[in-house]
Amino acid sequence: MIVFDQVQKSYQVGGRAIPALHPTDMTIETGEVFGIVGHSGAGKSTLVRLINLLEPPTGGRILIDDENITDYNAAELRAFRRKVGMIFQHFNLLSSKTVADNIAFPMKLAGIYSKTEIRDRVEELLARVSLTDHANKYPSQLSGGQKQRVGIARALACRPTILLCDEATSALDPQTTQSVLKLLADINRELGLTIVLITHEMDVVRRVCDRVAVMDAGEVVEMGPVSEVFLHPKHPTTRDFVFESESIDRDELQEDLSKADGRILRLTFKGESTYKPLLGSVARESGVDFSILSGRIDHIKDTPYGQLTLSLVGGDLEVAMQALKAADVHVEVLR
Amino acid sequence: MEALWSNVDWSEIGWASWDTLVMVGMSLLFSVLIGLPIGVLLFLFGKRQLLEQPVAYAVLSFVVNVLRSVPFIILLIVMIPFTVMLIGTSLGVAGAIPPLVAGGAPFFARLVETSLREVDRGIIEATQAMGASVKQIIFGALLPEALPGIIAGITVTAITLVSYAAMSGVIGGGGLGDLAIRFGYQRFQTDVMVITVALLVIFVQVLQMVGDRLVLYFSRK
Repeated sequence: MIVFDQVQKSYQVGGRAIPALHPTDMTIETGEVFGIVGHSGAGKSTLVRLINLLEPPTGGRILIDDENITDYNAAELRAFRRKVGMIFQHFNLLSSKTVADNIAFPMKLAGIYSKTEIRDRVEELLARVSLTDHANKYPSQLSGGQKQRVGIARALACRPTILLCDEATSALDPQTTQSVLKLLADINRELGLTIVLITHEMDVVRRVCDRVAVMDAGEVVEMGPVSEVFLHPKHPTTRDFVFESESIDRDELQEDLSKADGRILRLTFKGESTYKPLLGSVARESGVDFSILSGRIDHIKDTPYGQLTLSLVGGDLEVAMQALKAADVHVEVLR
Repeated sequence: MEALWSNVDWSEIGWASWDTLVMVGMSLLFSVLIGLPIGVLLFLFGKRQLLEQPVAYAVLSFVVNVLRSVPFIILLIVMIPFTVMLIGTSLGVAGAIPPLVAGGAPFFARLVETSLREVDRGIIEATQAMGASVKQIIFGALLPEALPGIIAGITVTAITLVSYAAMSGVIGGGGLGDLAIRFGYQRFQTDVMVITVALLVIFVQVLQMVGDRLVLYFSRK
């Protein structure tokens, strides 16, 4: 468990303290995938680097499994960092070492593993990230996705309990992003590793995260389960992110809505109710006519969800609303 | 043909070439041995680097700059008492080596500093995140990553030392430069001058070629 207790960070620039992270309380549970989204400069990079103290905080306490890591001396800190893997946007592999040597590197640095242990572990990890055939290549000979898989294998070498991902998919194309995210999800499930992932893409959060924190200007402005934050965003920044990820243009949406008649509702289905033929039966029972203005069905991690914007005309609106609510659908009246 | 090279004593040329080789080889060896750690320290003490030390950086940087700003011909003369103290003579091949190192080491140190700065900061950060100590970062990541740049720096330093070594002929340093000055210049033996210059050109060409090959061999980018 990672606990932030009033953690803050500021930088000294020309004698003035510029805050990068305002005092923050946060708890990341063991074994969860925790996402941090924010625009560039929102402080998410700083936040993730506080967890392995690449950036020391200027205030507050960081507890990892009930140990205050800000109290560690240099040797304790190095030992602790071996238990925290990290992957990066630009992979940061050593260009002078082969794939196998890159993966072996953290184990060699630790100085506690025998040669055979290292060799066996490297082989196992190469198989894990399906790069066995590329063991003796140099990073420059690999594609972006392959490089990131080397990065992941390297981060796992010393069997860490936490994996930090710093914009790990931002430099990859959509298809490669998919496969890397799937690999991360598999690792999380199979190894029970806690993953903290920062990104500026809400889509990444939607696919793999259990919970998410939204950051804006050095502050966590919203935090909660992904389905909650994603389907019912409260803070304007969160809304921006959600709209962005669904490629919804707000002005266009307003224009579409203004042309529709009657009452406009947004329905949110989650889980099983996503697949039920609800609209037809509600329309028959209440006599309302509906037209669909926008809609989508997708998944948040493994949970299906649907979101529909409807305009309802005629019939008994009250009956329709009651029927929808009874069917475990979240109803929001837009107009 | 006989008349054209009448002034040339080929065995003299051979010895002079050998002396130049020895001077460049020895002074390059010591320039690298002294310049490399200084370059690493310059890098580490620099702004926003691993061991940021503004005062230590300023002092070291000042010393390096002073040695680099003195024209080599002056450095040769200034170094004479020190060279005598160190190895007993300021003449010949041995006497030329200390001033050559004094000129070569700070030059190489700056090249090392620059090539270390070229190493992606992300690699240093990643190595730090693995729990590496500063020593491990230097020897495990920084130096291997900067190796092609450092080899290129050694090549440039070697070539600079060839021309410095030729200059040392002025204070009786021996080698091809000494030959060019004593015979080619002072006795107007143009043929000797041509031969020495040609040999120096060939020497530099070979150094550059070997250096480039090595850089290519060690580059994985």
